[in-house]
Amino acid sequence: MIGTALLTLGSHWRRHPGQLAMLVLGLALATALWSGVQAINTQARAAYAQAAATLGQDRLDRLQRHDGRPVPLADYIALRRAGYAVSPVISGELRADAARIRLLGIDPLTAPPEANIPGLQDDGLDLTEFFAAPGVLIMSAETAGAPLPPNMPPIRIRDGLPPGAALTDIGTAARLLGQTDPSYLLVAPNQPAYLPPLATATNLLRLAPEHRADPAQLTDSFHLNLTAFGLLAFAVGLFIVHAAIGLAFEQRRATIRTLRALGLPLRSLLIAFGLELAALGLVSGVAGLILGYAIAAALMPGVAGTLRGLYGADLPGTLSFDPAWAGAALAMTLAGTTIAAAQAIGRTARLPILATARPEAWGQASARLMRQQAVLALLLLATASGLGLWGDTLIAGFAAVACLFLGAALLLPATLAGLLRWLQGRAQNPLAEWLLADTRQQLPGLSLALMALLLALSANIGVSTMVGSFRATFVGWLDQRLVAELYVTVPTPDDGTRLHEFLHDRTDAILPVVWVDTTLAGRPGALYGQADHETFRAHWPLIAAQADAWNRLAAGEGVLINEQLARFADLSVGALVPIGPVLRLPILGIYSDYGNPQAQAIVTLDRFSALHPDIIPTRFALRIAPDKAADLASQLRDEFGLPADAVINQSQIKRFSLGVFEQTFRITGALNLLTLGVAGFALLTGLLTLADMRLAQLAPVWALGQTRARLAAMELGRSVILGALTFALALPVGLALAWMLLAVINVQAFGWRLPLHVFPADVLRLLGLALLAAAVAAAAPAWRLARISPNRLLKVFAHET
Amino acid sequence: MNMVLQIDGLRKAYGPVVVLDGIALSMAQGESLALTGESGSGKSTLMHLAAALDTPDAGTIRLFGVEISGLDDGARAKLRRDQIGLVFQQFNLIPSLSVRQNIAFQARLGGRHDPARDAMLTERLGLSALLTRYPEELSGGQQQRVAIARALAHAPKLILADEPTGNLDEATGDAVLDLLLELVGETGAALMMVTHSTRLAARLGRRLHLSRGRLARPDGG
Amino acid sequence: MKHRVLAFLFCLIAGQAAAQGFAGLGTTAATGFATPQSPARFAFPTDHGPHPDFRIEWWYLTASLTGPDGTAYGAQWTLFRSALSPDDAQGWQATQLWMGHAGLTTPTTHASAERLARGGIGQAGVTAQPFAAWIDDWSMTSRVTGNADMLDRLQVTARGDSFAYDLSLTATGPLIFHGQSGYSVKSAQGQASYYYSQPFYRLTGTITLNGADIPVTGTAWLDREWSSQPLSDTQDGWDWVSLQFDDGSRLMGFSLRDRAAAPFTAATWITPDGQSQSFRDGALRMTPLTHSRVAGREIPTRWRIELPDRGLDITASAINPQSWMDVSIPYWEGPLQLTGTHHGRGYLEMTGYR
Repeated sequence: MIGTALLTLGSHWRRHPGQLAMLVLGLALATALWSGVQAINTQARAAYAQAAATLGQDRLDRLQRHDGRPVPLADYIALRRAGYAVSPVISGELRADAARIRLLGIDPLTAPPEANIPGLQDDGLDLTEFFAAPGVLIMSAETAGAPLPPNMPPIRIRDGLPPGAALTDIGTAARLLGQTDPSYLLVAPNQPAYLPPLATATNLLRLAPEHRADPAQLTDSFHLNLTAFGLLAFAVGLFIVHAAIGLAFEQRRATIRTLRALGLPLRSLLIAFGLELAALGLVSGVAGLILGYAIAAALMPGVAGTLRGLYGADLPGTLSFDPAWAGAALAMTLAGTTIAAAQAIGRTARLPILATARPEAWGQASARLMRQQAVLALLLLATASGLGLWGDTLIAGFAAVACLFLGAALLLPATLAGLLRWLQGRAQNPLAEWLLADTRQQLPGLSLALMALLLALSANIGVSTMVGSFRATFVGWLDQRLVAELYVTVPTPDDGTRLHEFLHDRTDAILPVVWVDTTLAGRPGALYGQADHETFRAHWPLIAAQADAWNRLAAGEGVLINEQLARFADLSVGALVPIGPVLRLPILGIYSDYGNPQAQAIVTLDRFSALHPDIIPTRFALRIAPDKAADLASQLRDEFGLPADAVINQSQIKRFSLGVFEQTFRITGALNLLTLGVAGFALLTGLLTLADMRLAQLAPVWALGQTRARLAAMELGRSVILGALTFALALPVGLALAWMLLAVINVQAFGWRLPLHVFPADVLRLLGLALLAAAVAAAAPAWRLARISPNRLLKVFAHET
Repeated sequence: MNMVLQIDGLRKAYGPVVVLDGIALSMAQGESLALTGESGSGKSTLMHLAAALDTPDAGTIRLFGVEISGLDDGARAKLRRDQIGLVFQQFNLIPSLSVRQNIAFQARLGGRHDPARDAMLTERLGLSALLTRYPEELSGGQQQRVAIARALAHAPKLILADEPTGNLDEATGDAVLDLLLELVGETGAALMMVTHSTRLAARLGRRLHLSRGRLARPDGG
Repeated sequence: MKHRVLAFLFCLIAGQAAAQGFAGLGTTAATGFATPQSPARFAFPTDHGPHPDFRIEWWYLTASLTGPDGTAYGAQWTLFRSALSPDDAQGWQATQLWMGHAGLTTPTTHASAERLARGGIGQAGVTAQPFAAWIDDWSMTSRVTGNADMLDRLQVTARGDSFAYDLSLTATGPLIFHGQSGYSVKSAQGQASYYYSQPFYRLTGTITLNGADIPVTGTAWLDREWSSQPLSDTQDGWDWVSLQFDDGSRLMGFSLRDRAAAPFTAATWITPDGQSQSFRDGALRMTPLTHSRVAGREIPTRWRIELPDRGLDITASAINPQSWMDVSIPYWEGPLQLTGTHHGRGYLEMTGYR
């Protein structure tokens, strides 16, 4: 019986293959965007976990120097000779043109078992070869496939190694990197008995894993944004599915009644519906998975580039297939199908058998429904404002965005109806009047698609405004922060002294930069020593400061802290900030410090050297006439034998930083376009759905003396008007979203607040895109109308209906 | 006498099915003509061709002396807009427009809107109280009266009515037909009405009977 | 990973590569490495130091200790050297790997510890003049002044997770050379090593067990041995003893178990005044009497040891049959109580039991 019901219901799709395609495509698109984003996230998280677990770095403490320079070999040997179980690591990057590889040189003889060194557990690795020159590099296949610097030792491919990194013996790393001193020491959790605590034996800094910058944590917000985008796309896709299923339901109403009248129990009918939906969901889900995988694979290199540039988090540039991901995405598709079909199934269940088989205008929303929606929308918008203004967590921020979106979407039909009514009252031309009136009447049928368009447009405006504001602020901030023309790092403190002499009459100013990793208000952070110089006084981007802050700083009376620290620790100017375990200093000013995830504080150079006499500057900011910077840079490289990246030109840093941002923009841009595309498709499906029903309304107008071409043009116009009106509503929603992103979510996620800049050119471009999407969506139905045979229009007037 | 409609040698087929064949007829100004015949005899098709809604396979149709087969879509639309009033069995009002807007719609399309004429028609058709309503709020008889007002508002020279009372009960139908005939008589337009009712056909000046796509003359006229 | 490295090292040292399933590592021809030659010629103190051109080498100390209450203890301190190639490169490029083992045995407990290091950076190594052998904080350092042999006075320390010891050793007799004047043949095929000992130590010191310091006195025996491939392919383990009899005479003996033949034995008899006599294959007989279940294996912990040429027929019983060195490639090493024709204390090492 169910089989018969299925066949009967299924025959509908045979007669309406376009509808079937729309349903499958909508579901597939929804799945694709969602699963694509998820694939990227899953991959990234796995990569972070893997990177964190390499050498047990997620579990093992580290000893390192305060200034981050290598630990002298003698210090390591002294610790070992005192009995402590510490193990050396020499790590560093080898670069040659575009090729780069991060070497992780370990000493397997002393590495704690917790280090879980990957790649060596399996058979087939010649250990003599691993230890003895030339050694071997163990890396993933992907790393081995990328360009590598020349003259590398033999390579062994093993799974489980982070991308861009090679594991090797410390001796091999020492030889390749030209470094004798360990970069840091791993501390075994179990130390031999009867030893005094490690802290008494060394003045090296002991860092627990949780106090090191963790890419998973740093990039959380980035992935949260991706997830939000994915969910938005999924929701938009569900609008399409809802439309398609709703249409199919209406068109099969007569069939359903007939089936019921012929004795098919409601239960069987519902089961048949469920099976049909499950099959459609499965097919579309699989198609969507394939598409999503393709999207993710296309976006992955960009995402990897962004994360590497922004957070130094290494990610494979290629995608691997994860069955758990596929399963989750399929489940999501089926759940989505169920949600989208709930209304139609509910109606089927309530459909009286004996009502006349007259097709009703589908989804006709009464004015009352519209009013209820509007009231709910206003409540949601009020909640959004409340959360945005007074909420102080990331979750509250996202909840505010969700309320804003939902509220705006629900308010859309009522607002559009009002706008259209207002326009209609001002129309002089009867056709325009008719067009507006007719458009208003069509709203219920199109409102879901228009909501999707509204969401996509708002997201676009919001995100591009945020990104643009970020960029504008960031560029300005870079100009302020990077005033010095050159930044030089020398290998040893002695070189620092020599550098001073060398530069004495070659530069306008030599500004040492010293820092120490410490805790600030209980958080891991860095304390910087900064010379008192006009360079900083004139340019440092203070966002709040005491009067005379610079003079008081110069007098050693307090510190400047970055915005992140101020926000996270809830500190304001004048408050005392704890630095390290004992020191507390008053805050003289707060400066913006975009892109830095860590807390930071600045004291004068004198104050710093009083606190840390052992730290001798090896990094310097140099002031010089900009046109002489390049010459001096090459002189410095020659004179001190410095590698290229030890002398950095200000413009290089800016170029690099902006490059990172452009990369981020590209991903956002791609996702933006994709969501807009999906919304456009939703509109297309909505219009196609309505097209057949519209004939009854168009035929009289045609008969009363309009050409089909004219009517088609008006159909196009109608869609464009709807697009334009929706855009007009999306603009405030998008700006509100941008404000929430900049003033709420950014603050919670990153610790900085950005001023809102509106970019009219971007907004206009998006308006163009929106109108284009609306026109493209209406093109097919309009084209069909322009070429429709008069006969089909005449059928509207035929007696036998 | 000014000829409103001249049809000669008209043939129309939908695929293999010949709907009309060898039709010839003419109507003068002020004349009224009933077109009768059983279902599928081609009545509606003939009327649609006469209204320039469809094109014939062979033969000529002259409206007000102009051969319409050679006209493009735009010219035909203009002809309909300006010269023809249409009344359908389904009324086919524009649901998104109010009664007032529906009545004025065609006239305004052709730029021939005459508020005084509208007022007269609403008055005569008893629609004055319904002007702000929307079609779905009206009864069938009321809708058809609106449709008649719309068909007459722009003072067309030819009224084509396709079973105008077919969806109405007999009493309402008679009342609506009375009004239609009365107003057509006053405006001096020609009226062609398709009906399957000989009772109604008897009330028009001339009757033509269609049978299997060919014309017969039941009244011998 | 760590186990693999250890396995690798230990296989080289014990020559059990094939038996341990690491074919190709331990039994490959030792290209470029020196091999022991007869007659052996030693030069001291140089030869107390490392010989990087030989593949393996060790400084192996075993001590029989007695506490204030008469309790018998045993202590072991060993430093192994294993060369990946016969050179003495310094820094991170060094190819000399070092492994330290320490054990402390009581009649009821046995604790062991292990340390690994690479050479060339100072974490582990041996110097001959002045003599010092160390790995991390474990050391065996000469306290000799004047012209005496560098090994005559030693300070030895080691530390594990639950134990530590600090022992002062003083030699009361000369170095003893095994086999043909220190050229010690290990198989019928002619595998051999350089092998000498200082068996005459008297010691005082402190052992620390579970946080408690216990003063001890006793005797100790230091073995020095180096080679490039000491065992033949079919030999899969050995039983080795160093025995100190109450009359002041001493015996070193080993039995190399062979899958394809009777065990290969050798022995050195040392008189109280430091005269020594080497015995060739077959002179010494070692017969297991009692097996104990140790770490899931059957291991002989009571032996009959016979050297008829010297009228020796004794029973050697482990003071603690569970003297299991739980290190990467585990083995049995512990103190003995001797009864029979001779009485005394000794040390037993057994490898290759699976």
